[in-house]
Amino acid sequence: MTSPRDFELNRRELVVGATAAGALTTLPKGAQAEQASMDQPVLAKVGLTVNGQRRELELDTRTSLLDAAREHLHLTGSKKGCDHGQCGACTMIVDGRRINACLTLAVMHQDSEIVTIEGLGQPGNLHPMQAAFVEHDGYQCGYCTPGQICSGVAVLAEIKAGIPSHVTADLNGPMQVTEAEIRERMSGNICRCGAYSNIVEAMTEVAGRPA
Amino acid sequence: MKFDTPAGQNPIDQLKVVGKPTDRIDGKYKTTGTAPYAYERHDVVANQAYGYVLGAGVAKGRLRGLNVAAARRAPGVIAVVSTLDTPKLGLGRMNTASLFGGPEIQHYHQAIALVVAETFEQARAAAYLIKADYASEPGAFDLAAAAKSAKPVEGGSGEGSGSGAEDRTGDFEKAFADAAVRFDETFTTPDESHAMMEPHATIAAWEGDKLTLWTSNQMIAWSKGSLAKILGISAENIRVDSPYIGGGFGGKLFVRADAVLAALGAKAAKRPVKVALTRPLIANNTTHRPATIQRIRIGATKDGQITAIAHESTSGNLPSGRPETAVDQTKLLYAGANRLTGMKLAHLDLPEGNAMRAPGEAPGLMALEIAMDEMAEKLGLDPVAFRIRNDTQVDPGHPERPFSHRNLVGCLEQGAERFGWSKRNPTPGQVRDGHWLVGIGMAAGFRNNQLTKSGARVRLDAKGIVTVETDMTDIGTGSYTIIAQTAAEMMGLPLDRVVVRLGDSDFPASAGSGGQWGANNATAGVYAACVKLREAVAQKLGINSADAVFADGEVRSGNRAAPLAQASADGDLSGEDSIEYGDLSKKQQQSTFAGHFVEVGVDMHTAEVRVRRMLAVCAAGRILNPKSARSQVIGGMTMGVGAALMEELAVDTKRGFFVNHDLAGYEVPVHADIPHQEVIFLDEVDPMSSPMKAKGVGELGICGVGAAVANAIYNATGIRVRDYPITLDKLLDRMPDAA
Repeated sequence: MTSPRDFELNRRELVVGATAAGALTTLPKGAQAEQASMDQPVLAKVGLTVNGQRRELELDTRTSLLDAAREHLHLTGSKKGCDHGQCGACTMIVDGRRINACLTLAVMHQDSEIVTIEGLGQPGNLHPMQAAFVEHDGYQCGYCTPGQICSGVAVLAEIKAGIPSHVTADLNGPMQVTEAEIRERMSGNICRCGAYSNIVEAMTEVAGRPA
Repeated sequence: MKFDTPAGQNPIDQLKVVGKPTDRIDGKYKTTGTAPYAYERHDVVANQAYGYVLGAGVAKGRLRGLNVAAARRAPGVIAVVSTLDTPKLGLGRMNTASLFGGPEIQHYHQAIALVVAETFEQARAAAYLIKADYASEPGAFDLAAAAKSAKPVEGGSGEGSGSGAEDRTGDFEKAFADAAVRFDETFTTPDESHAMMEPHATIAAWEGDKLTLWTSNQMIAWSKGSLAKILGISAENIRVDSPYIGGGFGGKLFVRADAVLAALGAKAAKRPVKVALTRPLIANNTTHRPATIQRIRIGATKDGQITAIAHESTSGNLPSGRPETAVDQTKLLYAGANRLTGMKLAHLDLPEGNAMRAPGEAPGLMALEIAMDEMAEKLGLDPVAFRIRNDTQVDPGHPERPFSHRNLVGCLEQGAERFGWSKRNPTPGQVRDGHWLVGIGMAAGFRNNQLTKSGARVRLDAKGIVTVETDMTDIGTGSYTIIAQTAAEMMGLPLDRVVVRLGDSDFPASAGSGGQWGANNATAGVYAACVKLREAVAQKLGINSADAVFADGEVRSGNRAAPLAQASADGDLSGEDSIEYGDLSKKQQQSTFAGHFVEVGVDMHTAEVRVRRMLAVCAAGRILNPKSARSQVIGGMTMGVGAALMEELAVDTKRGFFVNHDLAGYEVPVHADIPHQEVIFLDEVDPMSSPMKAKGVGELGICGVGAAVANAIYNATGIRVRDYPITLDKLLDRMPDAA
């Protein structure tokens, strides 16, 4: 198989599409909240860096960071499983920390550095965590997978940075990448297909311990 | 290809590609976020508008009025589709409740309107400007109360299991009365939600009379036919495309409101419309696994031979809905001359009950396999030994029908050995590990193997690439990969020379994904198509196809060898066929078997249950890809832990809806709930099932697990809970003294 569906994402078309979608929302430029009547959406400009690229958007202020990525930038790797911060499928790494992108508004992220699943690696150039998920079959339907992988990468960074979790026994000693730590820290990412056992093995391998 | 005699030696038996634990070929797309799911397909059609579905706020009654004027005026709104402006639509295949149209409200969160706007935010805001005026009516929402007036019913799950209103063998009542040892208890299982990660979603676009739906659906051919019925248009004018499905578990077997409303919305807006059901809408708007009340009676001789077994189940549903077929496996799992199974259905006005992963067997075995544990204890027998003593190699109700292949005993014996069962203390509440009471439990797993027609088309191009096209779906099951493995094996190619395209209704109709029938049937369909392609290749090369060997990218016959691609040098060659089945499955019973073993710790002070170890040993014919098959099984085991310990749609019996209708309130297992899981596949083939000699395995993993957890909790604490889920409140006041 050479493409997910015998089509290649055309970068140029993506940019054109994003521009067209952006144009739809150019109603009252620079509108102030108090000026906006009930039926006028408030637009705001926001500039952020996504996967190393500077992006300037003008968005309805109600737009979540997740929808900004999925609907405006056409970065659909981050998934909308619940839109309520309950499932973790939308996990992105924002300024070095993982967050639920459905629970934050895009306009709150002026100048944020955002890494989405697309920024970690691509089909021909997998991030070690992506490769480990493939090797350990750490997914089934694939819908929670981008969130699991973003979370997984961030979890290993958190442990490395010495950030404790509920199951950390010794707050003063060096932080260990144990299976208990992984399970605890990953519990905000639901996988209904039930790939947990394999995800723990994938993360353990990436952390440099025998699976 | 008609499959009506047992499979002999065939190219699949080479096992050069099939049977290997190959990484999924779609893995690099799923792990990079580039696999396109339904709502994300910005590329397929331009100018997509956003649809937002509004659900009814009452469970039963009529809509007197629906004021959509403010919504229509709201900024960005292109169209509002009101159920009052739409005639009641027809039902699709296996739909019980109407999806849209007309004033009647059959269940809570039934779709009553769709707002189409330029943006998601605008559509959402406008939807909440709609004012509904309901004439609410009283309804029946409490299964325990409605069960008293439940009527006997026959029925099938739509996914393989089914039963009569009452099926009898011998004289159950007399044998039970005469039995030396008797068991008679009642169990309950709750309503459960599929809770697949991807919400139901569809993009719809009209081009004149032609409708295309990019959607998320397990059964493409069913859906195409259903949409034609629902929308009153010709099936020829409908195309359904569903290459990636973010989980289904039965919740996406049927056409749902997202597809219907995307189509209606696109018509009204005169442009493509995309609709996803919001998460809080899913539990009540779509289907769920119905709750059951199950009575099980077992009579046995003193030495543990079952002489009488009865399993009766009551579930509820909307009028014309089907029962949860929880008794079916009890006809086949254990020996016993006198048998009774029965089902009753109560009228409920809750949302529609329908198939969820292993419908029937999943809740049925949750009850039966506790009963077997209890009966073993009454008899003073080891639970494994008691099950082995009552194994049967024939259909007990029809002894002239043997099982095609049955090695339940092997599953139980290997599982017991591997899990350290012999070290189990049979007296409950004796094993401690710090503040944990530790117990181990087991259960048998059972699920039938379904045979159903499945088609595919394979094409060989000039570069020697084989492309498989079938409307088969991959809902996480690994279809892409096992289909590629099948084609590679048949055509003598490495895996990377095969392209697989799935989920498009323009491709040949397949078995689809349901009832754990997908893998065996869909690959058998690909096998049949590859046989046709092999014939075409041999003919083109002037080789006798009967003795042609396809290997290493070549076609060989006697001393001749030619590159496969030579056959297609001056034009693609293709083969298309379906696998169709004779009556082999009527003559012999085809089923799959498992032994589930679970260790739990129960906190002495809080009664919190933690699963510590899990093992499943499965006998399910040839395993086409042990890596993806294992994932299917551990996924079932995980869902089984959910069913045992936490999953329950809480019913508001006054207002008639599932209260915990999101992923915060409806609890499913998370990472911290699941330990390392081990799976063993017995090395076997079943030549009665198909040329692949494989059987289903995708639902076997959930069958029996819940009871194994329950039995482990009993072994840990001595507390028997027969009302699932086993939450700590049901244990706490009966916990052994912590001192």
